[in-house]
Amino acid sequence: MRALIFLTKFLSQRRKAARVFLWFSFVLWRLCLRKALLSSLVVLTLFTLASAQKKSSCIECHIKLDDPRLSTPARNFENDIHRTRGLSCNDCHGGDPNADTSKAAKDPAKGFLGKPKTLDIPAYCGKCHSDANLMKRFNPSLRVDQESEYYTSVHGKLLKSGEQKVATCISCHNVHGIRAVSDPLSSVYPLNVADTCAKCHANADYMRSFRIPTDQFQKFKTSVHAKALYVKQDLSAPTCNDCHGNHGATPPGIASVANVCGQCHARQAELFQTSPHKAAFDQKGLAECITCHNNHAIATPTDQMIGTQQGALCINCHTNGDKGFVAGGYMRSRIDQLIASIDKSTGILNLAERKGMEVSKPKFDLKAATDALTHARVLIHSSSTAEVDKVVAPGLEVAGKAYQAGLDALAELSFRRKGLAVSLVFILLLALLVYLKVRQIEAR
Amino acid sequence: MKDWLDERLSISALVAIAQKKEVPLHRHSIWYYFGGMTLFLFTVQVVTGILLLLYYRPSAENAFESVQFIITEVQFGWLIRSIHSWSANLMIATLFIHLFSVFFLRAYHRPREITWVSGVILLFIVICFGFSGYLLPWNKLAYFATKVGTEIAGVIPIVGRPALRFLRGGNDVTGATLTRFFGFHVAVLPATATVFIAIHILLVQLHGMSVPPSLAKENVGKMKFVPNFLLRDLIGWILAIGVLAALAALFPWELGEKADPFAPAPAGIKPEWYFLFMFQTLKFIPAKLLGFDGEVLGIMAFNIIALLLFIVPFVDRPPGNPRRRLLFNVIGVIALLYIVVMTIIGYVTK
Repeated sequence: MRALIFLTKFLSQRRKAARVFLWFSFVLWRLCLRKALLSSLVVLTLFTLASAQKKSSCIECHIKLDDPRLSTPARNFENDIHRTRGLSCNDCHGGDPNADTSKAAKDPAKGFLGKPKTLDIPAYCGKCHSDANLMKRFNPSLRVDQESEYYTSVHGKLLKSGEQKVATCISCHNVHGIRAVSDPLSSVYPLNVADTCAKCHANADYMRSFRIPTDQFQKFKTSVHAKALYVKQDLSAPTCNDCHGNHGATPPGIASVANVCGQCHARQAELFQTSPHKAAFDQKGLAECITCHNNHAIATPTDQMIGTQQGALCINCHTNGDKGFVAGGYMRSRIDQLIASIDKSTGILNLAERKGMEVSKPKFDLKAATDALTHARVLIHSSSTAEVDKVVAPGLEVAGKAYQAGLDALAELSFRRKGLAVSLVFILLLALLVYLKVRQIEAR
Repeated sequence: MKDWLDERLSISALVAIAQKKEVPLHRHSIWYYFGGMTLFLFTVQVVTGILLLLYYRPSAENAFESVQFIITEVQFGWLIRSIHSWSANLMIATLFIHLFSVFFLRAYHRPREITWVSGVILLFIVICFGFSGYLLPWNKLAYFATKVGTEIAGVIPIVGRPALRFLRGGNDVTGATLTRFFGFHVAVLPATATVFIAIHILLVQLHGMSVPPSLAKENVGKMKFVPNFLLRDLIGWILAIGVLAALAALFPWELGEKADPFAPAPAGIKPEWYFLFMFQTLKFIPAKLLGFDGEVLGIMAFNIIALLLFIVPFVDRPPGNPRRRLLFNVIGVIALLYIVVMTIIGYVTK
């Protein structure tokens, strides 16, 4: 009896019939109508089994169709996040999934909508995704402003103007095979975002009518951000949507590019705002960070970028003798000085270590000089030689102490070896004396 | 004064015994020196160990730093620490030489069975000294070697898990393990070792040096223990001090990095050289052997071999027939070769 109830319950988990059936069974049981219950159990179990096994007629039919345009959606839907949350075809497309014929299933009277037009897609998805009350049932933390955000994007604005080649929800998130953003197979998983954008933006033919560059993806792949993302597999490294926005995707523009970079590089952005460069860049209409660092092809920053030598970026604007030229040269020289000092100290400490001396403490202390170097490289964004000096000077002091520790260790090593040589002379002499004594005794 | 002391301490009787003591002189006499050398190195361990105790602090928070302090700040601390480490290794080496020389020269024959048994016990005590002392600097290698070593002990059926928890002071290697290893290293093991060294030496004095049965029929000469043999021993000890000083000055024992229980185990981690042949054997044994866990079988086999060491003098009793002598020689040579070859393989392989 219990097994039967369990079986029925199991088979009818998602069926209203199960609730009715269980309630009915319970009432009958309470009334002690055991015979009636037994016969009704048989009937109801068969009914529940039949209803539990019945699938959506949309999938049943579409999956058998020869035309891949009609069968692929049914196949892809198997892994769709909406299906895993209990939604089915009719929840988006309307119609009657229990109907036996195509005509009945796609009856407009039963709310059948069919395939939405491109222009209608944001609203189609937004029907649920913009409904805060509804979305709470599925994912309380999910934002519900994607549709309104979308219409602030270049994509959305163009779509509103009637342009149908622009990206809509399904262009990025896929259709009938939509996966969670956290799913590595999702087209909008951090590692896949750039490829998804590149599907259109790197396609010169497709983008021709928009008259914008199509080399962003190629450039991005050479950037320090792409290295962090693809080589180090650092999912926090920025990809297209981190700078351009996702649903509201827009080029940041000259005025706000510093704010975009400053989301992560906050200290550099803050220093730049206080630097003399800020006013000068504003006056010349130069975009802040990207003037020196580029936008998509952001290379790994090097010390060669600053200074007055050939290839340095400072000399792109500054000429010999001006204030910026002098400051750039000075900051570079101080950084070079610190690097040389750290290298020298590291070299002598490594040498002492290879010779067996314990120098882990000065090696650890030397890390403060490396930290100072990192800090100085950030402080150059202030364009202030005084600020850079504030950290370079203590860094040099630390490196100097570490070098002295290395010298001391090598001196100690030399002392030990000399001490050993002297000791060994005495030890061998003593052994020889004892040996002679033995000879003397045994000669008697 | 001399009479006063003699009356109370019977010094003249002891001197008479010492003067009477003789050492057989033959072509294998060289092996007699290794017992004394082991004892000398043990003394070095005791002295340097006491000096290290002046600064060492046995806790997970302070152990590494205190050893670092000893070798960088304390006057000649580096020398004491390095000699302690090198002497420990040389002592185990001379102990193995002593064991095998006694084995091949049949020095365990009646009436020296208990001398052999006390020697085997001392061998295990010394290995425990090595294992417990290795963890004390609390560096990365020591930490993971202890983790693996205690894990191996935990594999032994029935007693393994309780033994593992007893050794570690919990389920993992922590500061609690360090504290109890320190306790074993400086209290339990020295006390036990002292008792067995006393028994061992007393028995050696009682029975005198054994003459190998193969030389029994030859005309074996004799050498006075005092002063002839003792002075020769002394030459060896003086040279040992020289070797230890040279090793300490030229190849100071590394301290490495501080142990970090959350860090991954370093690649290619290996135990100390005297455990390497066993470690390598366990690596070679297949995961499943005759339906049993290969590792368990290997560990059990080593335990049984260790126990068999105790019964050697009771199985190989004099006069013994030539076949049995041959069998024991073959077993000894195979064991020696096995240890040497597996240790080399252990070193060479990553």
